Amino acid sequence: MPTLHMVNKSPFEDNALQSCLGHVLKGDAVLLIEDGVYGALAGSAVAGMLGQQNGAVSLYALGPDLAARGLSEKPLLGGVDVIDYGGFVDLVTTLDRSQSWL
Amino acid sequence: MSAVKLGVVITGGPYTRQASDTAYQFVKAALEKGHEIFRVFFYNDGVNVGTRLTVPPQDDRNIQKNWSELAERHKLDLVVCVAAAQRRGILDKDEAGRQGKDGDNIAPGFRISGLGQMIEAGIVADRLVIFGD
Repeated sequence: MPTLHMVNKSPFEDNALQSCLGHVLKGDAVLLIEDGVYGALAGSAVAGMLGQQNGAVSLYALGPDLAARGLSEKPLLGGVDVIDYGGFVDLVTTLDRSQSWL
Repeated sequence: MSAVKLGVVITGGPYTRQASDTAYQFVKAALEKGHEIFRVFFYNDGVNVGTRLTVPPQDDRNIQKNWSELAERHKLDLVVCVAAAQRRGILDKDEAGRQGKDGDNIAPGFRISGLGQMIEAGIVADRLVIFGD
């Protein structure tokens, strides 16, 4: 029963991503949206959090939200796939359920 | 992929949080892919999307109008939580009459109903996606 976890807060202002990563199971997907996309940046103070997943979960960031924050050209963590709203819909519909970490 | 029935809940207020914008783009993309939107439920500050009296600057998006037009085009069921709406001054004709108010402001394509509508969306839809604060 893989779950899609959606995180919409920056890890620099809120511990939603941390809580999320404490609950993800192998095979789950984590999608960073809105200010959550700051968590996808390489080399930040919190980069280690997502880096520790070792491929057990799939990591995604919403491209339009990266672009809206001027982050499209910034290096992202390895293993993070950038997707559009269509890809967002595909994640919701292919995984069994979705959990918003608000 | 076969069509999936989606329920959407929006709890973040328009122009303060991104929730209603993200949900709008998500719903549009889902419809383009042929999925069904069973219902969009506006809760907490999300109900503020459902007033037709907002007048945002012309070079800004009109969140209410975007949702109303999408609802008309795709026959969407846009439901505003009654308890959250009453607290924030979102009224339809019936509620305005019942509360003794001099006017209503519910936007085209929106209707006011109870929290049971959100529970029903959770039961009937294949997936429930929450866009919040």
